[in-house]
Order: sequence, then structure tokens, then C-alpha cells
Amino acid sequence: MLDAILLTLKLATLTTFILLIVGIPLAWWLARSRGLVKDMVATLVSMPLVLPPTVLGFYLLISLGPDSPLGNLLTSLFGGPLTFTFSGLVIGSVIFSLPFMVQPLRNTFESIGTRPLEVAATLRASPLNTFFSVVLPLSRHGLLTGSIMSFVHTLGEFGVVLMIGGNIPGETKVLSIAIYDYVESLEWAQAHLIAGSMLCFSFIVILSMTLLERNSRKGSGA
Amino acid sequence: MKALATTLLLSFFSGSLFADNIRIAVASNFTAAAKALAVSFTERTGHQVQVSSGSTGKLYIQIRQGAPFDLLLAADIERPQRLHTEGYATNRPFIYATGQLVLWSRDLSNIVDGIDILKSDSIKRLAIANAKTAPYGKAAQQVLDNLMATRRTWKLIRGDNIAQTYQFAASGNVDAAFVARAQTVLDKRGYSWAVPQVLYNPIHQGAIILKHAANKPAANAFYRFLQSDEAKSVIQHYGYITK
Repeated sequence: MLDAILLTLKLATLTTFILLIVGIPLAWWLARSRGLVKDMVATLVSMPLVLPPTVLGFYLLISLGPDSPLGNLLTSLFGGPLTFTFSGLVIGSVIFSLPFMVQPLRNTFESIGTRPLEVAATLRASPLNTFFSVVLPLSRHGLLTGSIMSFVHTLGEFGVVLMIGGNIPGETKVLSIAIYDYVESLEWAQAHLIAGSMLCFSFIVILSMTLLERNSRKGSGA
Repeated sequence: MKALATTLLLSFFSGSLFADNIRIAVASNFTAAAKALAVSFTERTGHQVQVSSGSTGKLYIQIRQGAPFDLLLAADIERPQRLHTEGYATNRPFIYATGQLVLWSRDLSNIVDGIDILKSDSIKRLAIANAKTAPYGKAAQQVLDNLMATRRTWKLIRGDNIAQTYQFAASGNVDAAFVARAQTVLDKRGYSWAVPQVLYNPIHQGAIILKHAANKPAANAFYRFLQSDEAKSVIQHYGYITK
């Protein structure tokens, strides 16, 4: 059970980290640009919110598998197919949780408006410098919300993992799969233990996020 | 208008009186055969049959939690027996089919060498069904334990049920998989090795009528149909042994 916990935390942490790297520029671009291309990309990013995880799982299974060109390329890069591996799960989780990172970030970036950027420009700050010393500090709510939501959402991922994971202990058997497995094999005491812990954990995370947000709002208002 | 109403009313009553709707829970390995049986049963009796499939372990839990199934066609005899002793079934289970385990590969033609290929390192990824919930997975585990507890060069991938396990191999995501012979007989592709019966305990598949079917003659009819010669020939056609 411990390896399932560690594996899940590792998956969620890595996914959140990658999502920060991918999500910040993506959300910034979405917040700043206009036009059809932007709308198309925004739509694509939001799709995991409405699609059944099995759709994603199905396409991942096909595209990461040995019969697809992409799968072949990745196989030669990673030295083996990515289906039924931890790396495969990371790819799936990143796509699956993408909207949970991009949406809050985009909202924050949009709410900053152009004024602080213009002020920074008159002070001769380079765009990059402006981004790191003005935009990001002003966006800490969004960064925090996005990171926590992505992390928690990855913890709860099930459908995609069931389809491309293969239930391998220590590699792809994450907590949600472990619970499923325990329930199916009548080991309900174990299932209760994990399920109950996840219930408490999620409650604490969301509650502390709410409290944190309220506090920091008070702080910035003062 | 009145005539139409009468006709509608009559057809409604005749429908509810004579043609019934039954739900059967079927172990994944038997899905295709069960659907074929359902078609001939409907042709013969007019009763509709809905097939739900999953691993036997999963179906067992669902039934204990009140799932609305009328019959269970399991992949083992233990779980139907347990349901009977626990009071979820109206009759004692009977063995409708005895399954055979095969090692199947889409691309490796030398899979037919069986034991030799398992001892070589040509299989990089091998799929078996979850041994805890899927009887064919349990049988596959017995084969592996019997053959080579010590030597293992492949990575073992576990399917949620035998259908997913087969899908892993059919999609080329694993090199080979232990599946039910029934799944491979109708597939023109691939190569298979029939695992010798001495390497695993016989897979006797049991059927029972569940409590949910208490007032459904159609469920009893299907149960009897399952023991008919017509049904037996369908079941054999799919690669099972019947008595």
C-alpha cells in the first residue's frame, strides 16, 4: 500500500510541475491574444473537462502503442513503449489535468490587465523581467489554485490509468486503482483505509485552499 | 381509433405476458458466446436478453450489492457456489462450459513453441488477467508458478479482466497474453499455444439463476436452454468443452 501512496504522490507532483512549465506560457498566451486560433487552442485545452476519461485513455492507448508513428518514435526515444509505464501515466495526467492548471492561470492573467505592464515598461523593464517580477507575483492566487487543483485532480485520476496503466505495483498501480483492486477482491478493510484517507485529505486540501485564498485576499486588500 | 387503442393495449399485454426481458451477467471470456446464445434464445422464445460482462470477481461483488441480474455465467465454479450458499441464488450451479487457457500473440509466430518461448527472452511484456478477480488470470498465474518461479525476463502487465488482457495483446501493446481460447478462435490473426491442462486447475465455468429472477419464467427458460444440445454446440464452437 505504501508504494501505491508514494507512486501517486510522485505522479501528482511531477504532473503539477510539468503543468506549471507548460501551463504558464500557454495561459499567458491565451490571456493576451485574440482570434480564431486562440479560441481553438482554448477549446482544446478545456476538452478534458467534458470528455470521458475513457476517450483520452483510448486515444493514448492507440497513439502511444507500437502501431502508431508517434508510438514508434517515443518507443525509440524511451527504449520501450510508453503504455503501461510511469512515463505514460505522466503524459496522460498532464493532458487530463491541463485545464485545471490553465484555466485559473488564464483568469488571473486576464484580471491583471495591461496597466501594470505599461507601468513596468515605462520603468524600462524588459518584457521578460516584467513577467517574472510583476506578473507572476501578482498571479500567486492563480498559481496556487492551479497547482493545487492539478495535484488533487491527478490524485483522483482513474479512467485513464485503468486503460493505459496495466495495474503494475510500483509502476502504474496508483491509489485509485489500488482501491478498485481491493474492492474487487473483497479486501474492504484496505479499501476503507485508503478511501477514507483520500476523503479526509481532499477535504483538508480544499478547505485550506479556501481559507488561504480568503486570507490572502484580505492581505492584498489592506 | 378504438381499434388502434385495442391493438396497442393487446400488444402491450401480450408483450408483458409472453416476451420477457432478462439480464445476464457474463464473465468476460464468455461474452461473444453469450451474445450468440442470446440471439438464438430470442429467436426461439421471443424473450429479450441483455448481456453485461466483467470479471467474475467484479460481477460477484455487484450481485452481492444488489445488481439487477437474473443469471450469472461465471468463469469459475467457486463464486457461483458461494453465491448459492450465501443465499443469492435459487439453484445449485451447473457447469455450462469448461474453458481452455491459451498463450496468444499477434506477432510472435514462435509462440506455438509454448514453454520454450516462455523460457527464452523474446517476450518483453506479458499480459495476464488480474488473478484475484479473473479465473483465467488465476489459471495463468498457476502456469507461471508451475513453469518458472525463478526465471522471469518479461514485465507482467495485468488486465482488469480477460477481455482487456486480450485487447492489450491484440492492439500490440504487449507481446503475448494468457487468454481464453474462446477469445482467439474467431480471430484470424495471431498465433496461439494451447496450455497443457496439467499446468493449471480446470476452468469449470458455473451458471446460476439469481434471486432477482424469482418471478421470471424467462430466466428459467434460458437456464434450461443453456443445457440444450443447440446451446452446447454454440458453446463448443467458441472453443469450450461441454459435458
